[in-house]
Amino acid sequence: MRDLFLGAIRYCKPIFWFKATQNSPGPSGGAEFSPGLFPGGEVTRRRVVSPGERKALDATREPRHNMGSSRDKGMLRYLIKRLLTMLPLLLGITVISFAVIHITPGEPIGMQAEFNPKVTKEVRERLRAYYNLDKPLHVQYALWLTKIVRLDLGNSFSPDGRPVAAKIFERIPVTLLINLLSLLLILAVAVPLGVYSATRQGSWGDQVSTVFVFIGYATPTFWLALLLMILFGVELGLLPISGLRSLVGYEALSLWGKLLDRAQHLLLPVLVSAFGGLAGLSRYMRSSMLEVIRQDYITTARAKGLTERKVVYRHALRNALLPFITLMGLSVPGLIGGSVIFETIFSIPGVGQLFFYSVMARDYPLIMGMLVIIAVLTLLSNLAADVAYALADPRIREGR
Amino acid sequence: MKQGRSLGGLFWFKFTRNRLAVGGAVVVSFLVISALFAPVIAPYDPSFIDVDNVLTPPSRAHLLGTDQLGRDVLSRIIWGGRISLLVGFVAVGITTLIGVSLGALSGYYGRVTDSIIMRFVDIMLCFPTFFLILAVIALLEPSIWNIMVVIGLTSWMGVARLVRAEFLSLKGREFVVAARAQGARDWRIIFSHILPNAMAPVFVAAILGIGAAILTESALSFLGIGVQPPTPSWGNILTAGKDNIQIAYWLSLYPGLAILITVLGYNILGEGLRDALDPKIEP
Repeated sequence: MRDLFLGAIRYCKPIFWFKATQNSPGPSGGAEFSPGLFPGGEVTRRRVVSPGERKALDATREPRHNMGSSRDKGMLRYLIKRLLTMLPLLLGITVISFAVIHITPGEPIGMQAEFNPKVTKEVRERLRAYYNLDKPLHVQYALWLTKIVRLDLGNSFSPDGRPVAAKIFERIPVTLLINLLSLLLILAVAVPLGVYSATRQGSWGDQVSTVFVFIGYATPTFWLALLLMILFGVELGLLPISGLRSLVGYEALSLWGKLLDRAQHLLLPVLVSAFGGLAGLSRYMRSSMLEVIRQDYITTARAKGLTERKVVYRHALRNALLPFITLMGLSVPGLIGGSVIFETIFSIPGVGQLFFYSVMARDYPLIMGMLVIIAVLTLLSNLAADVAYALADPRIREGR
Repeated sequence: MKQGRSLGGLFWFKFTRNRLAVGGAVVVSFLVISALFAPVIAPYDPSFIDVDNVLTPPSRAHLLGTDQLGRDVLSRIIWGGRISLLVGFVAVGITTLIGVSLGALSGYYGRVTDSIIMRFVDIMLCFPTFFLILAVIALLEPSIWNIMVVIGLTSWMGVARLVRAEFLSLKGREFVVAARAQGARDWRIIFSHILPNAMAPVFVAAILGIGAAILTESALSFLGIGVQPPTPSWGNILTAGKDNIQIAYWLSLYPGLAILITVLGYNILGEGLRDALDPKIEP
């Protein structure tokens, strides 16, 4: 039985894979992929490939005959290649960020000194020299780069002058927690919803979920946040509308009380941050599932008399989930970007809020540090998704 | 399918049979008209301050209530529509221009040109775009023109890939080979032979992009670094809504609804156009 199944997969031509290596105009960012709206107008499934992966795969595809039959060896090579392709990408990102930040008119010294009569021209020059702002741009970049290879992100320009890394890392856990929770929520809702819609294509439930998806695409998340705050916070008075925990009486609560208090504060932010990704991913799950259900091996599974349940959940779902893995990885930048908005609205002391403040204060080292760390997180999550994909799909692991 | 229908006629036939898509087209035309004729349609001057009627709930005099300065919310939403429309169209215009040029170069010339451009696309895709936009806008003076340019400059990657893929599949076709055999120059092949055949998906992407640009603009204005008051934009009315969240629900509800309907309209229209332009889908 199992051999038949594996054989069926093996002979199923990985069309989407070849499309992808030609840089198909597929979903190219967290929120850009588009759902097929009308029955009959289904989007054809394209394998979503993250930027770095394409290059690595182009490289791994050629020597396919000597890839080695051992799974681990292939995987290790793949991993090393991916990590190596990340470096030039990262360098490019830092160059662009640095240029963009420093070319824009105005500078941090100006903001601090403008309204202070004590700051003479001479002091201002000294400050500029102190922060290296008087040097040419490429020298400044080289200085920054030599520090960053020693993993030193420099010190913040803000009055406290603390190391950038410390400022960022103390805020990462909160943002990470909220984003992970919302990813889990998305996964828990989008997959069943997509499967339901696909297996009952055109039904009442499918149409309702289509409408939901389209509304989800068009809803500004900050507006949703406001509405939820009005409904649950103001009208019903059920949930707190800002912060991570109650300011008054938190210390007096028992352990469970504290946990409950924190959960209540997290509920709305998690809901809001999950909402944006939910629409797209459930739609994607649906079209992925529809595509798989049309494959020959599903017909085979049905023909050999398996129950519909087994066909859907054991044979179809497992294959339909494959591109979904990569898509989850690709949606990470979108989620992190969204955190600026909901952290500002709900006053959550996370990375998004810090970024907003640092940008408003023109804190160059902090802005640079955050852009780099976020880019690294993005690249790593893409990598994690691709590795998960390779682990799940033997066709890719063996470079077929 | 009837015989002897022209290409445009077939498109029209398929599009008008799709009721949802027609609905999207109606919503979009309505929005365009209301933006163009805002001075005529709006019941009040959007920046007329009326201190006697501060934060009044929706009533017959003010259908959607008034804001913290007594300005009519309905009029501000209608005028805000102009900003959204402007941002949407200009940003998408820039996106399309960059995306089509780079995609065409990349797809047509291949080799080194292609690798350089595609690696650049990869780098741009690794940025959390919203962070980049936020950084640039906040560092520049916040103004509507800066927003349009920055949104345009940070969202062309999808279009570039789209155009590149079209060029890759079209450049080997017979009509291109024939044109080259007749001695047509590269730019002529690109602009008058391949590009017209590659424009359909670009057009669809542009319509969908308008919705996305409007969403980004409203988010920026909401954060206070987009369109600056007193110029009304849907995002900055929502900021007022957030400040008065405990007392004035109408300041939060209606501008957001306007954004939702607008973006929904463009998305549905875009999807409808995609299906109508796709020759594989039978009417």
